[in-house]
Amino acid sequence: MTLLHVAILSPFIIAILVPFLHNYFQKIHTGWFILPLPILLFVYFLSLISSTMNGETIRNTASWIPSLGINFTAYIDGLGLLFALLITGIGALVILYSIYYLSKVKEQLNTFYVYLLLFMGAMLGVVLSDNLIVLYTFWELTSLSSFLLIGYWYEREKSRYGAQKSMMITIFGGLLMLGGFIMLYMMTNTFSIREIIEQVPTIAQHHLFIPALILILFGAFTKSAQFPFYIWLPDAMEAPTPVSAYLHSATMVKAGIYLVARFSPVFAGTPEWFWIVSAFGIFTMFWGSFNAIKQTDLKGILAFSTVSQLGMIMSMLGVGSAAIALDSIDDSYYTVAILAAMFHLMNHATFKGSLFMIVGIIDHETGTRDIRKLGGLMGLMPITFTISIIGAFSMAGLPPFNGFLSKEMFFSSMIRIVELNIFNLESLGLLFPIVAWVGSIFTFIYSMVLVFKTFTGKYQPEKLEKKPHEAPIGMLISPIILASLVIVFFFFPNLLAYTIIEPAMASIIPAVLGDGEHFHVHISPWHGFTLELYMTIGVVALGILGYFTLRKWSGIYRFIPERLTINKGYDAALYSLDKSSFHLTRFYMTGSIRNYLLYIFTFFIVILGTSLAVKGGFSFSLEGNASVGIYEVILAGVILIGTITSLFAKSRLTSIIALGSVGYTVSLFFVLFRAPDLALTQLSVETVSVALFLLCFYHLPEFKKPEKKLNFNWPNFIISLGVGTIVSLLALSANSQRVSETISTYFIENSYKLAGGKNMVNVILVDFRGFDTLFEITVLGIASLGIFGMIRLQVRKEEER
Amino acid sequence: MEVLMCIICGFLFSAATYLMLSKSILRIIIGTGLLSHGAHLLILTMGGLKNGAAPLLGEHAKWYVDPLPQALILTAIVISFGVTSFFLVLAYRSYQELGTDDMDQLRGNDYE
Repeated sequence: MTLLHVAILSPFIIAILVPFLHNYFQKIHTGWFILPLPILLFVYFLSLISSTMNGETIRNTASWIPSLGINFTAYIDGLGLLFALLITGIGALVILYSIYYLSKVKEQLNTFYVYLLLFMGAMLGVVLSDNLIVLYTFWELTSLSSFLLIGYWYEREKSRYGAQKSMMITIFGGLLMLGGFIMLYMMTNTFSIREIIEQVPTIAQHHLFIPALILILFGAFTKSAQFPFYIWLPDAMEAPTPVSAYLHSATMVKAGIYLVARFSPVFAGTPEWFWIVSAFGIFTMFWGSFNAIKQTDLKGILAFSTVSQLGMIMSMLGVGSAAIALDSIDDSYYTVAILAAMFHLMNHATFKGSLFMIVGIIDHETGTRDIRKLGGLMGLMPITFTISIIGAFSMAGLPPFNGFLSKEMFFSSMIRIVELNIFNLESLGLLFPIVAWVGSIFTFIYSMVLVFKTFTGKYQPEKLEKKPHEAPIGMLISPIILASLVIVFFFFPNLLAYTIIEPAMASIIPAVLGDGEHFHVHISPWHGFTLELYMTIGVVALGILGYFTLRKWSGIYRFIPERLTINKGYDAALYSLDKSSFHLTRFYMTGSIRNYLLYIFTFFIVILGTSLAVKGGFSFSLEGNASVGIYEVILAGVILIGTITSLFAKSRLTSIIALGSVGYTVSLFFVLFRAPDLALTQLSVETVSVALFLLCFYHLPEFKKPEKKLNFNWPNFIISLGVGTIVSLLALSANSQRVSETISTYFIENSYKLAGGKNMVNVILVDFRGFDTLFEITVLGIASLGIFGMIRLQVRKEEER
Repeated sequence: MEVLMCIICGFLFSAATYLMLSKSILRIIIGTGLLSHGAHLLILTMGGLKNGAAPLLGEHAKWYVDPLPQALILTAIVISFGVTSFFLVLAYRSYQELGTDDMDQLRGNDYE
């Protein structure tokens, strides 16, 4: 255990203390006790920047299950540190915001902060683990804590629905990802990501390589809400707003991005990786922004916007992977995509975090998030309005905000992909910049909708539940910090470039770097009159046009029928899965024992018959058989007659007597086959059984009328014939192929010598194999006690009445 | 002889199965009785029916029949007797309480 391990686990430790703090200091908002932790962690991670800047990594191992190669290995490189700073930094701001957002009186703060800390620790564990199994463990913890946080207001049905949906989808992806991890382990025999990367050249041709790639991408796509798994994210907006800001914009949904970035050194360079990541990413980018416009809930817009932005980052990671397929760093302008991805990751966290907090403030101060009810808040909430302008313009990609820089770089990476002539890009590559451009226009439109529908237009106080006014200053601190970062990153982008982004790039695409080389990451707002600039101008022009004509063309959303959406598909799939498994179970679990017996017997016949036939097990020989005597034939005839009588007897008395006759014939068989003890026992047992039957005779049920006739049942007949045939065949085969000699010579020789008895059967029963007898006595004892119990129980019940 | 016994055992199994698939509890119990008879005879047959003296050392014979299957069957007889009698009382009690012996009506299924 090192300081780094303590840092990762500290949120879990503090989470244990939260309920005590909550109960003993009820006058103080619990959030104040939590706030120092992420700040401390943030400062600690800041102090590590100097080492990752020089290309150093920190790797500390604590043993967990060393025998299985599963160790808690904490690993810090540029990528991990970027995410750790994001998690702790935004975490601190969100906790500060939540202190003012959540009421001390109305809400259960202890559970909230326990879940939030659980999530923070899990997220730190995900980004700072080198071991795949540990990473998976923390990954599922993030799913779990997200589930708990979405369902925080568990008395609302929509919260429960959203929580369940996100759980189903992310756990589905998480399990597939685990499958991919195990495949990686099978190929490389190690769970350490570092060691896997070293082995990449040898495993690239392995037949599990591509399946592992696809399974791991399932994990990333479900978590990061890529098409078509994005559907859980809009429903997760039922969570409290600090949660939406933290989990569903800045951190958890970026776990998938992290996973893709982390595994880029392993899988990037293959066409599968390039195409899946960039095509799904770019389509998600378009689809999310297209759908965001039709939302009427502010958080709904932001949710689809998050989907869209995540798709954008994902597509840049995919496009950047092409850089690895090229050989040298001289083609460095392909690495601009990775640079843009990392830069936009941070930018998105800043402006999306602030926008969520703004929406939370609006909700808090007006009582609604519906843009149809809102309007004209500009004069009432000037600070909120300013922050939202900054956030939304940054999201739309306008200067002087950081979104402009990352959007420019996004365009340039998309344009340059056209020039590549690998992976079939010469024909399909042109689609990327076009889709990206169209998606950006929609992004511009919904960003404008978000701000101007809320803050300008007609003020409608009659539709609002509360009288709106500016938020308390405590609530505004966090969004103000984030919004100022939005501007700072624009004017001083190189503040981040060599400190944070360059080390992160080095860990995503290490292959293109030689020893001691560094990426050239100069980010500047002005490139001259390039194609990117004209594209942005086009986005703004068409975006403004689209915004003002929104009413005219928003009819296109009605062309997509509601029931064809993925949400309906998900609901229908869940419903039909439920229904069909119910029907399937009802179909075969009829409750009738007869049906179950039919299944069992059929299975018995099919399995034994097939294996007998397939393996050629049947054989028949008369060698060593005893000769057939006349007595045995007569007794066999008696058994046949007795059995048939008991089968078809019309009265139960005949049946019972026929059964008795079979029993007595069996004991006569025992006499013939020289088994005196058996004959004795069988005779007495049969007598007692028949006596028992007769004792119960008056109480026993009469055979039912329909069965009195020869009511012949063909299926039953065929099944029973099959069972008998199989038993006969097996017995004949076994009899014809005796493998080894009997061990009974030992009993014959030693019965007298060792045990001092001449009756071998009895000696075996009480001496050689006495334990059998002991428990057979126990069985009889239990049976008699059971019978006694059954009869006594009835008496007692009648007394009660 | 073994071949004949194998066929008889198969026949007993068939009859027992047919009875166990019927609707009346009493027939099912008779079926289990037949099934245990079949199983016991099968054990004896599989142990070999070679002629020899009964497994009593006092006989001073050169060949004895195999004593081990006989010991096994003896155990099995007692156990199946215990179980059969338990079943019988169970059937009697359930008929008394529930008033039916039709397996179609004795379903552990609430959906019907």
